[in-house]
Amino acid sequence: MGFLERVFARPWGVHPEDRKRPAADVPAVPVAVPEKVYIPLAQHVGAPARPVVLVGQKVLKGQCLAEAAGNISAPVHASTSGVVAAIGEIPAPHPSGLPVQAVTIAADGEDRWCEGEVPADPFALAPQEAARRVAAAGVVGMGGATFPSAVKLALGLRAKIDTLIVNGSECEPYLSCDDRLMRDRAAEIVSGIRLILHATGAREARVGIEDNKPEAIAAMGEAAARHGEIRVLPVPARYPMGSDRQLIVELTGREVPSDARAADVGVLVHNVGTAFAVHEALRLGRPLVERLVTLNGGAAARPGNYRVPVGMLAADLFAAAGGFAGTPARLVMGGPMMGTVLPHLQVPVVKGTSGFLALTAAEAAAREPAPCIRCGSCIRACPMGLLPLEMSARIRAEDLSGADGLGLRDCIACGCCAYVCPSRSPLVQYFHYAKGEMSARQRSTLRQESTRKLAAARVERVEREAREKAEAAARRKAERDAAKARAAAATAGEAA
Amino acid sequence: MSPPNGGGMGRTPEGAVPAEGPGVPAGAVLPSPHAHGGASVSRTMGLVMAALAPATLFGFWMFGWPAVHLFMMTLAACVLAEYGCQRLMGRRSSLGDGSAVLTGWLLALSLPPWAPGWIGVLGGAIAIVVGKQVFGGLGQNPFNPAMVARVVLLVSFPVAMTQWVVPVPMGSPGAPDFVHGLQITLAAPPLPDAIASASLLGHAKTELSRGADLAQVLGAAATPPHDWTGLRPGSLGETGALLLLAGGLFLVFAGVIGWHLPAAVLLGLAVPALVGHALAPARFLPADLHLVSGATVLGAFFIATDYVTSPNTTAGQWLFGLGIGVLTWIIRSFGGYPEGMAFAVLLMNALVPAIDRWLRPRILGRDRAGRPLALPGD
Repeated sequence: MGFLERVFARPWGVHPEDRKRPAADVPAVPVAVPEKVYIPLAQHVGAPARPVVLVGQKVLKGQCLAEAAGNISAPVHASTSGVVAAIGEIPAPHPSGLPVQAVTIAADGEDRWCEGEVPADPFALAPQEAARRVAAAGVVGMGGATFPSAVKLALGLRAKIDTLIVNGSECEPYLSCDDRLMRDRAAEIVSGIRLILHATGAREARVGIEDNKPEAIAAMGEAAARHGEIRVLPVPARYPMGSDRQLIVELTGREVPSDARAADVGVLVHNVGTAFAVHEALRLGRPLVERLVTLNGGAAARPGNYRVPVGMLAADLFAAAGGFAGTPARLVMGGPMMGTVLPHLQVPVVKGTSGFLALTAAEAAAREPAPCIRCGSCIRACPMGLLPLEMSARIRAEDLSGADGLGLRDCIACGCCAYVCPSRSPLVQYFHYAKGEMSARQRSTLRQESTRKLAAARVERVEREAREKAEAAARRKAERDAAKARAAAATAGEAA
Repeated sequence: MSPPNGGGMGRTPEGAVPAEGPGVPAGAVLPSPHAHGGASVSRTMGLVMAALAPATLFGFWMFGWPAVHLFMMTLAACVLAEYGCQRLMGRRSSLGDGSAVLTGWLLALSLPPWAPGWIGVLGGAIAIVVGKQVFGGLGQNPFNPAMVARVVLLVSFPVAMTQWVVPVPMGSPGAPDFVHGLQITLAAPPLPDAIASASLLGHAKTELSRGADLAQVLGAAATPPHDWTGLRPGSLGETGALLLLAGGLFLVFAGVIGWHLPAAVLLGLAVPALVGHALAPARFLPADLHLVSGATVLGAFFIATDYVTSPNTTAGQWLFGLGIGVLTWIIRSFGGYPEGMAFAVLLMNALVPAIDRWLRPRILGRDRAGRPLALPGD
């Protein structure tokens, strides 16, 4: 990025009140294993895992419950020891509350680990073998995207990336699980970063941490001091700094083309939590079965970070953490900017759960939308350089292709536009709707196309069959005629 | 989508109890984000009005009760017109957002302070009905409603719209009291010669058309005073230029408006004025008089910056503002009317959709034309 570009750089993004403290300053609290854990088979982007246990079977903590099904998938493991009580549907951690497949374990209270396989020196492993073990440990992107990490490691190796970006920015307000992890487990994260460097062949790692987390920056800086290939770089606290493309520009000056992946410009982004999980997998042989979860919001009785087994219900977690202070007006999974509303708390913690927020009415700040006054705040806030007000106007008029032409596909749904909108227009909802509707239309077009092709093929086949039948009949008739003629000639010859 | 606590819950293992009851809200699907920066339309409008208040009060003091009455009648007309339109269209009233009051306020500031009351009432109705509601209300109008009304009035009633008075501050001898002021606003008696006056721009235009040399005209005693203190004839929003400038800067620092657009308007007017006056002082007014006269400051900070009718990118705002400044200078210098800000704003308003189409921000990962960036290796 040139000097002029820096001076005239668009001041994208927003500065929401971060509200991370006091929760971030409380040391993480381990939570007792509940009576039952519900472990969904799809906690990642890609195909759901395939169960390999039976109802009634005894399992140990860390034992594989379901294995990866396909290239982009990840296994899931028991987060405590006990008996498989059921394999069936539970409500998804999603606003719809629709059912998902999950393995239910009735805990035996012993919380006994199964024997993991620990390599003597993980750096002696071939990069491919390291990635395979990360895959077997069920590690997925812990920043919320939950993309299977091993797939990314392999991609990085193939694309010959030079720089690993470690995302410790944690730009969402309220959340502090990454902050806490960096403060308490900096050495393990650095170990994980070195393992990822080994597995991808990248030369250096840059750890981006927002400057509102001085303790984490200090802890990580100290842990990385002995390793010249790892640099800890404070980045300005500005939402959404933690978004891949924005962080890559900030830390490397490289801009990822809209139709390309980060690896195409020689970069791979992993979250600090993922680095920690990689360390646990390769150094201790432990699969990803627990994580730090932030409980926060004005209606949470004891805001803080909790070490939670995957599969614990949010309701059990809140109960273990003192319940609510007052009546929460809104329950959110994730941060307030991109998190999803939960219709109820009977949903399990999954690998990508960074936190649960119990927001008061004042915090949720809901109000009736008013007409757009074209103030342009959304345009200045958009980190992608889009025109949210123009796109939403087109979507309101059902002109989806018009919105697409304005760059709807480049929208990352970060919510900056709706955050600054004085009219409280539900802009993100418009964009979600339009993206969903467009892919539905695309699917239906594809379906029509294939139906049309099948119909054409059938017509062609019927015609061909008729033609062949007719030809065969004609051939048989000709043969019969020839035979008759031969017979007639023979008769004539005898007669002669 | 299933009801929040409906179908999906029935299949819960051991009927994991739906979390209804105390402490947990009934689940409604609400879009993210679940936080807000606190900006609101009514807050924005309120800040703009606060920025206008000092100059307005100064104008009230200087031109007395007739100005107050005219101002109030114009605002009342706007509010009533807004209410009536929304009533007729069966829409929810949006008077609470303050936009109708602000439209009336800006229109009133652009009128001669002793203009008859019906001018304000008619102008207010035109601004709201023709300028705004026929297009669908707030946010939908292509032209600035206050300027639409001002231009209609100026073209239709040129005499009433150019009758200026010398300042007769409240409390000074000869200043009309409340009742007398009401008589002036309602009955519109002919203005006594003692206080009738021309504005500087009007005077200069008249003298120029008589073939006079501007350099001499500006030095003559008969010329209306022209300075930044504001004790001179003009509309309410013209004379207190310094107070308006202060209000405008307040809006810039409060983040309500950007600095680009006002700067562009002022530059667009000042640069040609400087050049013109340097080349032909007898023909063109100096730049400082352009900046202090007419609706320059009001227009640059409060009219051109109207969100609805201005472009929405910084580059677009530069183009738009420069256009307004240059057009204002051209109309003032060569047109038939002494003041051109309202015309310039409307002309540039018409270009806004085109400007917004041409000047879009670059999308991250794409070039200016919207194509994905090329990879370094390609």
